[in-house]
Amino acid sequence: MQVTINGETRNLPEKITVNDLLNEMKIEGKIAIELNQEILPRSQFSEYQINPGDTLEIVHAIGGG
Amino acid sequence: MPKDDSLIIDGHPYTSRLLVGTGKYKDFEETQTAIEASGAQIVTVAIRRTNIGQEKGEKNLLDYIPPDKYTLLPNTAGCYDADSAIRTCRLARELLDGHDLVKLEVLGDEKTLFPDVPATLQAAETLVKEGFKVMVYTNDDPIMAKRFEELGCIAVMPLAAPIGSGLGIRNPYNIRTIVENASVPILVDAGVGTASDAAIAMELGCDGVLMNTAIAEAKDPVLMASAMKKGIEAGREAYLAGRMPRRAYASASSPIDGAFF
Repeated sequence: MQVTINGETRNLPEKITVNDLLNEMKIEGKIAIELNQEILPRSQFSEYQINPGDTLEIVHAIGGG
Repeated sequence: MPKDDSLIIDGHPYTSRLLVGTGKYKDFEETQTAIEASGAQIVTVAIRRTNIGQEKGEKNLLDYIPPDKYTLLPNTAGCYDADSAIRTCRLARELLDGHDLVKLEVLGDEKTLFPDVPATLQAAETLVKEGFKVMVYTNDDPIMAKRFEELGCIAVMPLAAPIGSGLGIRNPYNIRTIVENASVPILVDAGVGTASDAAIAMELGCDGVLMNTAIAEAKDPVLMASAMKKGIEAGREAYLAGRMPRRAYASASSPIDGAFF
């Protein structure tokens, strides 16, 4: 299935949770996720199964003024 | 310095009136050392997409600027519309475990980085309703500053000069008027170039100054951070002390009485 992650189109296997995705992409540390323009609370990362067409933004804190 | 002269932001007292950014440093070590030297307790960060496929164990800014040591102030830098600024704040709150203090900026154009004030008002209104504690970057316009305060922003942060310009306080009269009218903290945000600029902002009665480039782009950022700390403190003490009146002509410092000539 096709999803958009941080602006890039990606192909993901069916029934993958957000936690699986983070492990797959080797994303660790403090992040936050927006799913289809709504916040996806961290507590739901292990349950939420990504759907075809979902748009995810995965962000972290960087230097800024 | 008077003992109880704390800067109160969102009910929390801060001994330092200098707020600093974390952008433009050579590396995280330099960021950390400069911030330590500045004495700042409130530190801004930006929210950006993670690099997908990053190396495991890659260093993270928050390892160097730990949230238990500093009050983090996530910004909406780079947002040119209200919606992206609002989304950025929501992500920041989630990222920082419910911490709802944010620095709102909605920019108008890339050349000046001046704020888009109508869009900033729109974003501020939504964010305040959603329970965010909004510190807002805006023009040095006393009317707008008051408007943001009435909207429920907890601090108003007029620019001294364009972001990253280092031009200093371009309109001290407006800054003073904003301070006089305000019942929330007024912090100069952007435009400071060197320690005397920071001192001038504080002498005008500002409650604090937020800066990034003036420190990060100095030849020696750590030394400049220390200079800024002192500039802020000197300016604050001078403001509290109350300066002498300006006179058009001289006024002798030594008494005339008792002169033998």
